[in-house]
Amino acid sequence: MLLRIASRKRYEPGFSKPGSWASARQWLGPSPFLQAAFLFVVLAVCWYLGNNVVETMQRLGLKLGFGFLSQRANFEIGESLIAYSSSDTYARALLAGLLNTINVAFFGCVIATVCGVMLGIARLSGNLVLASVARAYVEIFRNTPLLLQLFLWSAIFHSLPAPRRAIEFSGGFFLSNRGIFIPRLIFDGPSVFIWLPLAAAAAGVTIIATRRRFFGQRFYATRILVLSVAMFVAVCWATGVSVSAELPARGGFNISGGLSLTPEFAGLLTGLVFNAAATIAEIVRSGIQSVGNGQWEAARALGLRPGHIMRLIVLPQALRVITPLMTSNYLDLTKNSSLAVAIGFPDLVSVANTTANTTGQTLEAITIIAAAYLTLNLAVSVLMNLYNRRIMLREERRR
Amino acid sequence: MAAGAAMMAAAAFLPVAAEAGQTLDKIKERGVIKVGVGTTPGFFTPDSNGRWQGFFVDFGRALAVTVFNDADKVEFTNSSPQQRLPALQAGEFDILLSGVTETITRAFKLGFHFGPVVFYDGQGLLVRKDLGVTKGEELDGATIGVQSGTTGELNIADFFRKTGKKFTPITIEETSEFTKALDTGRVDALTQDSTDLAARRTQLKKPDDYILLPERLSKEPLAPAVRAGDDQWLEIVNWTIYATIQAEEFGITKENVDTFLKSEDPAIKRFLGVDTSLGEAIGLDPKFAYNIIKAVGNYGEIFERNVGKGTPLNFDRGLNQLWTKGGLIYSPPFR
Repeated sequence: MLLRIASRKRYEPGFSKPGSWASARQWLGPSPFLQAAFLFVVLAVCWYLGNNVVETMQRLGLKLGFGFLSQRANFEIGESLIAYSSSDTYARALLAGLLNTINVAFFGCVIATVCGVMLGIARLSGNLVLASVARAYVEIFRNTPLLLQLFLWSAIFHSLPAPRRAIEFSGGFFLSNRGIFIPRLIFDGPSVFIWLPLAAAAAGVTIIATRRRFFGQRFYATRILVLSVAMFVAVCWATGVSVSAELPARGGFNISGGLSLTPEFAGLLTGLVFNAAATIAEIVRSGIQSVGNGQWEAARALGLRPGHIMRLIVLPQALRVITPLMTSNYLDLTKNSSLAVAIGFPDLVSVANTTANTTGQTLEAITIIAAAYLTLNLAVSVLMNLYNRRIMLREERRR
Repeated sequence: MAAGAAMMAAAAFLPVAAEAGQTLDKIKERGVIKVGVGTTPGFFTPDSNGRWQGFFVDFGRALAVTVFNDADKVEFTNSSPQQRLPALQAGEFDILLSGVTETITRAFKLGFHFGPVVFYDGQGLLVRKDLGVTKGEELDGATIGVQSGTTGELNIADFFRKTGKKFTPITIEETSEFTKALDTGRVDALTQDSTDLAARRTQLKKPDDYILLPERLSKEPLAPAVRAGDDQWLEIVNWTIYATIQAEEFGITKENVDTFLKSEDPAIKRFLGVDTSLGEAIGLDPKFAYNIIKAVGNYGEIFERNVGKGTPLNFDRGLNQLWTKGGLIYSPPFR
């Protein structure tokens, strides 16, 4: 997609495709010898460093290679989205760590965006108390180190009562320093494949709803929701699926059953969200302020209410300023999640560190970490750029 | 982590091949020995004046006496269990005296060599008394704090797999967060070398609420680690430590060392450098052992002063008793 965009730009009418010699000339630039010399220096430095690494490793008796990935890891991981035990391979351990990283980064970005937008708008509010509170928040969370904030959140979640004295709410909700526990719905039935038609139906409904919206027709949100639920119940009933709730309960050393949010995950997520939301608030504020006063005045003259002006007139224009900055914020949040190692959340870096420590394959572990973050962030970047193109002014896009 | 990466990057810039003798040359040029340590009271901790004190620290000072005849020409740097080995590898330290467990993987695959074991330890479990647990096996389903970058991470997984029980690890790099996890009740138990746990116990808010389970999950011989490939430096480390052990065996202490200078025993004469033939033969100062004992004392004194009876840690000599008294501490002959 991106490549197509780039190439389309280059061969706009008015330019003819340059010949191979011309391309080479263009690539070398106006002073080819300087370019070549520069390239040579860069390659020489790379060669020297690479050679040094290889020789040093040889001297230490280390062998470069990723063979260790298929060996048994022999260590446990505290929490994982996939089944993992110490008899699994290093590759699976790293995958578990990567999924933990993606999990925290995804929810971090979503929640930080919601909080950040609200805070940014609050900063511009006419309500002085609200605006000052938002401002104080932004100043505090932007100007203190993230690691310190993580220690703070981790301490807060750890200071909740121990499982045996956990705060219990009716309905099976527990609050303890082992985590926040909520009931889990359990579906018992003939086959999980009933999810497939249901998912297809849901996707269909969504597509229809979106299309209707784009063609200017009314969006029947309530009806669609009722329809979906009815469909779900019907499918469950027809196929003999029963739904029950698994309530968390105290037992042994811990609270078992239900869905739980560990304090490490909660601490890391809260820390990342609070930190990123402060920056996002500033981005949103500057984005809103970049929209000319005339737009507000014109909208007011039309008799629109402030909420409508913000939602329909100002925010869509501000998004053009906001989106590119948000991209870099999402990238930051994803990378910052690597501080998890300090507060005991088993993210990719934590697992890779243990791997490096037990196998001695430090260089490989670091390469894996680097490649994983690079891939993750390039993906975020591509998605955000696609979105950015969509909301750009039409003339900008054509240019 | 960032530090780990930085160290690998630093390693890339380091000149290749630490041939024999290079470490000592570098130390002499620099005028100070760089020693990596941890932070555990009794073993390595800075006092109120910022001067490092502790069991392992004293061996660092002994080393400075061997090389410079000055117990202060040594610089201690705190390094986390996660970062210490890459840091040693990258040349940030000349030696790690941070309670590293000697293992075959570290010796063969990771490129380290180990001096003599200075402390025989075993992995333990520190739990709250009111859990009513008396054995590791009773911790089925428990949440256990593990310090990342230690052999403990693997031992605890092995232990639970062997006993067929389950546990949830919380792997923490920050040493202070590691202790706090037990204090706040985030974990049911901490696992680490038992001596380290005994020391951490004194740092908890109410030490008496916690108990170190008697069983040992593993053997943890703690030894000084150096980069592989520099035999001369390794031997200096070896014989510095042996000197403290041999002194205890002879009954030579910091207090009475001068009276032994008049001893008629030829072995003691050689050891203290009164008879200089031994020193000349090995290329060290003939009086290096005398200097070490005079400055830091013998092995037993170092033990008692830092971790023995009368210190907050209150350790028995146990396996760390001299071989002549039923322990494992043994020095090859000085001859």
